[in-house]
Amino acid sequence: MCGIVGVLAVDARAALPDLGKMIDALRHRGPDEKHDLRSGPCALACARLSIIDLATGGQPMANEDESVWAVHNGEIFNFVELRAELERLGHRFRSRSDTEAIVHAYEEYGERFVERLNGQFAIALWDVRRQRLVLARDRVGVRPLFYTRSRGLWLFASEIKAILAVAPEAAVLDELGLAQIFTFWTTVGQRTAFKTVRSLPPGHLLVLEQGVERLERYWDWTFPVGSGRSDLSMEEAGQALRALLLDAVRLQLRSDVPVGVYLSGGLDSCGVAALAAEARAEKLRSFSITFEDPEFDESAYQRTMAEHLGAQHTSFHCSYRDIGNAFPNLIWHTETPLLRTAAAPLMLLSRHVRDSGYKVVLTGEGADEVFGGYDLFKEGKIRRFWAKQPRSRWRPLLLARLYPYLAHSPVANRHFAQRFFGQRLEELDNPFYAHLTRWTVTRGIFKILSPELRAVLETARPEEELEAQLPSGFETWDELGRAQYVEIKTLLQGYLLSSQGDRASMANSVEGRVPYLDHRVIELVNGLSPRYKLRGLREKVLLRRALAGLVPERILTRAKQPYRAPECRSFFESGKPLPYVEELTSASSLRRTGYFDPAAVGHLLEKCRSGRALGAADNMAFVGMLSTLLLHERFLRGNAAVTGKSGAWH
Amino acid sequence: MALRTELREFILRSYLLTRDESVLGDSESLTERGILDSTGALELVLHLEERYGIKVQDDEFHPDNLDSVEKIVAFVERKRI
Repeated sequence: MCGIVGVLAVDARAALPDLGKMIDALRHRGPDEKHDLRSGPCALACARLSIIDLATGGQPMANEDESVWAVHNGEIFNFVELRAELERLGHRFRSRSDTEAIVHAYEEYGERFVERLNGQFAIALWDVRRQRLVLARDRVGVRPLFYTRSRGLWLFASEIKAILAVAPEAAVLDELGLAQIFTFWTTVGQRTAFKTVRSLPPGHLLVLEQGVERLERYWDWTFPVGSGRSDLSMEEAGQALRALLLDAVRLQLRSDVPVGVYLSGGLDSCGVAALAAEARAEKLRSFSITFEDPEFDESAYQRTMAEHLGAQHTSFHCSYRDIGNAFPNLIWHTETPLLRTAAAPLMLLSRHVRDSGYKVVLTGEGADEVFGGYDLFKEGKIRRFWAKQPRSRWRPLLLARLYPYLAHSPVANRHFAQRFFGQRLEELDNPFYAHLTRWTVTRGIFKILSPELRAVLETARPEEELEAQLPSGFETWDELGRAQYVEIKTLLQGYLLSSQGDRASMANSVEGRVPYLDHRVIELVNGLSPRYKLRGLREKVLLRRALAGLVPERILTRAKQPYRAPECRSFFESGKPLPYVEELTSASSLRRTGYFDPAAVGHLLEKCRSGRALGAADNMAFVGMLSTLLLHERFLRGNAAVTGKSGAWH
Repeated sequence: MALRTELREFILRSYLLTRDESVLGDSESLTERGILDSTGALELVLHLEERYGIKVQDDEFHPDNLDSVEKIVAFVERKRI
């Protein structure tokens, strides 16, 4: 688990950049050791976070005759089995590391090596004989990989900051990327917040050979209708799932350093913790976040689960001020505007984990996407049901079942709820039907854009770009499957696994692992009928069945409460904005940066300051604005001094 | 300040984050324009109760009373009698 960087000269006259500058920018991802390799037109480097084979697992790693080299960020969880298979085929290993399995698998299977891997990874592999660079990313996007072409060179890195360290001309924000972020919460496809920097999509290979780039998909989420193991009864499916989850957790516990678990108190993380306790005999070490605001705090459930497992459990208590102080540093790590603050407490939790002597944690991320856990999916179902009889008086009453965890729920008043959720009810063929209302709310940030930026963003068509990326056959999937796919390609890939996952934990050199996103689990569940996921309005039916007996009844039957954190309240103290917030949102600063309209921002600030910003739209607009300004300050102006600590610029 | 003027200003400032009078007509539906959702309606009711000393009953918390500047003005005037 590491940060990786590299260069491939397309033009033989191109000067290779300073690889040291690139890799030093990723020290937080790999503080244990760093090494590099130069081989003709290619250079690779790795900053290592040592987790498996601490002594001989250093990178870059080569095959027997050093004709294939690789650097790798992540873990290949099935490396034990893969190694055994490759050794039977005659390959000779010199280390005990999972990275070495990669180079031998490539020797044996060529580009199809990646299909043999069960893991979370970003890989750069240099084939010396063919002078071919292969970049690969895991199926779901746990580990990041970015690349660009600049001045006769291909540059790639785990984080954009490493590219910008040697190609500062790439520090230009992508306005179309902003249009996506201010609609979907994230960029999609290969787009990033930076105009010329691309993301390698999950489930893809990029092959660079003789100046030509070839992008290949090797895996994608699919929701086949009537295929797979839909003949299984709920009981049988539950048993199959439990066995598979146990195996996924067993694989993901493989480590030469201790592994802890994150406990949010919800079903998903409690399930992972229980499975980890089943998989190994040692006392479990668990970590949680608690909040001073009861709307967000889940400490009672966390304690219940920790006691149930006899875990050694500690919590990080997060105040509003902690979030406000940590936010500038968070944006340095996420490298994109955010519409939520929830990644900040997770970043602080990872520091607590590190300070406790742990480098690796298992998390419950991904379960809601795989098992149909979100209220968004229920919302889509209710709207479709209502659309069949739009004049029905009782069908829309089902809306009251949505979002019970929100203090100021959008369904609190049924008359207004029906007006709001009844919009675009008839657009049943819209591929984004389940997401329409959420995206409408998110676009509330458009109200505070500067007239110039608003004019550009209002002509952008982010939905068209996303629709063009939908796979063939999408329209034949069931409604839930379609909604799941869109959620996965936006929120999961672009935000939950990246900003809230990889970036928040790697900021403090902690590796998060996600057993629910083992591709075998995904493929099993995707092949089942949607009623195994959302039965009526009951979510995650199959997962609850699989975890019965492992998790206390109180948690098993608990209603969904997604992990959230306090929003704009975190940036005000005693009725005043934190000093860096005041500086960035001053009229002069806003005019200089040009993204947002000073008058509109002033009205929003007043709402937030006085505690009248109750809804998601205002909170997202505020956080989106602040994070965009921080991104500009840190990456475009190169101002590394912006900080939340002690409220001062220094 | 006249009630209508004051309410218009509140709606523009709080929901549209602007003082530009031209962006909203008095009879325009706030829900159809996407200006007012449930949470926004709650903010509005809290403001009306605090600013004008009225009490909005559960069955009065309805778009029929709150869905346009005109309707809100009429509602507040009725309640203040």
